Amino acid sequence: MNQDLKALLVRLSPQLIALASILLLIFMMFPSFFNIGIQNGRLYGSLIDVLNRGAPVALIAIGMTLVIATKGIDLSVGAVIAITGAVAASSAVAGNSLAYTIVLALGTGLLCGLWNGALVALLGIQPIIATLVLMVAGRGIAQLITEGAILTFNDEGLIFFGSGSLAFLPMPVVIWVVFGLLVALVVRRTALGMLVEAIGINRRASMLSGVRTSVLLMAVYALSGLSAAIAGVIVAADIRGADANNAGLWLELDAILAVVVGGNSLLGGRFSILGSLIGAMIIQAVNTGILLSGFPPEFNLIIKAAIIVVILMIQSPRAATLLEFFRKAPESVKERT
Amino acid sequence: MNSKYLPLIATSVIFVVAYALCTMQYPNMLSTRVVGNLLTDNAFLGIAAVGMTFVILSGGIDLSMGSVIAFTGVFLAVILQSTPIHPLFAFVLALAITTAFGALMGAIIHYLEMPPFIVTLAGMFLARGMAFVLSIDSIPVNHDFYGVLNGLYYRLPGGGRLTFIGGLMLLVFLAGIVIAHRTRFGTNVYALGGGTQTARLMGVPVARTTIQIYALSGFLAGLSGIVFSLYTSAGYALAAVGVELDAIAAVVIGGTLLTGGAGFVGGTLIGILIQGLIQTYITFDGTLSSWWTKILIGLLLFAFILMQKGILLLSGDKRKFT
Repeated sequence: MNQDLKALLVRLSPQLIALASILLLIFMMFPSFFNIGIQNGRLYGSLIDVLNRGAPVALIAIGMTLVIATKGIDLSVGAVIAITGAVAASSAVAGNSLAYTIVLALGTGLLCGLWNGALVALLGIQPIIATLVLMVAGRGIAQLITEGAILTFNDEGLIFFGSGSLAFLPMPVVIWVVFGLLVALVVRRTALGMLVEAIGINRRASMLSGVRTSVLLMAVYALSGLSAAIAGVIVAADIRGADANNAGLWLELDAILAVVVGGNSLLGGRFSILGSLIGAMIIQAVNTGILLSGFPPEFNLIIKAAIIVVILMIQSPRAATLLEFFRKAPESVKERT
Repeated sequence: MNSKYLPLIATSVIFVVAYALCTMQYPNMLSTRVVGNLLTDNAFLGIAAVGMTFVILSGGIDLSMGSVIAFTGVFLAVILQSTPIHPLFAFVLALAITTAFGALMGAIIHYLEMPPFIVTLAGMFLARGMAFVLSIDSIPVNHDFYGVLNGLYYRLPGGGRLTFIGGLMLLVFLAGIVIAHRTRFGTNVYALGGGTQTARLMGVPVARTTIQIYALSGFLAGLSGIVFSLYTSAGYALAAVGVELDAIAAVVIGGTLLTGGAGFVGGTLIGILIQGLIQTYITFDGTLSSWWTKILIGLLLFAFILMQKGILLLSGDKRKFT
């Protein structure tokens, strides 16, 4: 177990170092950054805010990690957030019970995920294109549900998911941490995670060796839909309304970025949910840092682009062979002498 | 009949039937005024879609288009507001920047062997970010030359106007068709879409072609930005969000295979017109909301992907034996 932990730390060390240095950088500019106080029975502070604001991206990144591990991609999560937010809001406005509302919203998300999964697994359509359909149509569907308006609601139970707190922590933080641990445990303590990686490395080979690839792919996309649904409920609960146009806009790109920053390859195969979660926090820390430092928030985009380029350089197969070349060279020299 | 023409024929039939149905309900839709507006309103999207067609034909994707359009618009607005240089010179500058930007993305895609999806995603963030750095506000363009260009039109019989930008889009499509089907570069693009390895073995200069494709896509995104700037007479960093998705949808509806290697630039024009037709119909109807456009385009996209799959399945058996 201790060795496992050590291996995990080594694997995640680039992400942890990046996160720590960003936090340190912000701390040097704003010494009050790490101040945490308790008000109204919950923790307050910039650090908590990073955890709280990063909840939607972190949640989506959990599902996205598994989808990307199968060599796929899910572009529809932003639209699914809009749809499930609209479903939750309209159900709350209609006066349905909280449990019914939640089940309805999560069920809708699952359904969206299954739709994507069916296109990818059963019809064999490329994931980018298959999920593009829902990405394009999804916001239209969400607007159909809200009838073009921003639906606001006052259901205390639903609002609790956005701004309530449990054990001193804001509710969104509790949700993404628990959901992330749950999914990580399920895929890592069973063979599921390995099978998902097998699909990502070679779908045909894993099918021939008896892995039920279609079922697994469907399940992975369904999970992505479910995580987007949870994020959708949180986003809607946070603003106490459903905004079909802007809820979750471009969040899919942030989630993909979080997964890539978390050290997962876009080409599928090995994955780390913990890495993606740290990746999501890195992105949110950068966001918060820029907001605090008074730069226009638009600078975020340039920094994100820079992050992608740096990661591309590191992940590129060409760079890897170069590195290998320089590493191998001295050894072979040694052998000869 | 060759099965590669099937998607193109299906798209054309859908367009003609849809247009016929629309005119049966609203006879006014047949007028050249509507046709002229259809071309003018979709000019920037059409020009961008030509670039997207080449990228998709080669098996890639370009997510940066909408951002590059916004960047070009803001760049032109800022430069025309703060310097006395002529718009034509500003156009050349903007095109040079966007073409170099596209070429750079192509180089990264080829030399770092990274998926186009993530490289152009970085380009999307970068271009939009640069647009915001130039200006956060919407800047109006009040140059006389803009008025001159916008005043240029060819009067169609029946009172419709083929505006400068509408005509420019048709010219770009014409040029795109010639490049795709009548030049060495076009053949290389199709070969690349069939598979990088095979293309390399056939002697296609993969590096040069990849860079050229994304440079062309950047150039057309820049041109589309100029047209957008003429169309709106303003530059705004938040403009043209999601244009790349509309362009991809138009390309797919136009019958181009998303895996690359098969398709027609001309089909994309029909894809654009179908999207425009849906919007025009919704405007004519007046009671339908504009979000139906998105849903209908999503459905069309789905139908065409299914059809492509079916065609691939049907032609798959034949290919094995040839």
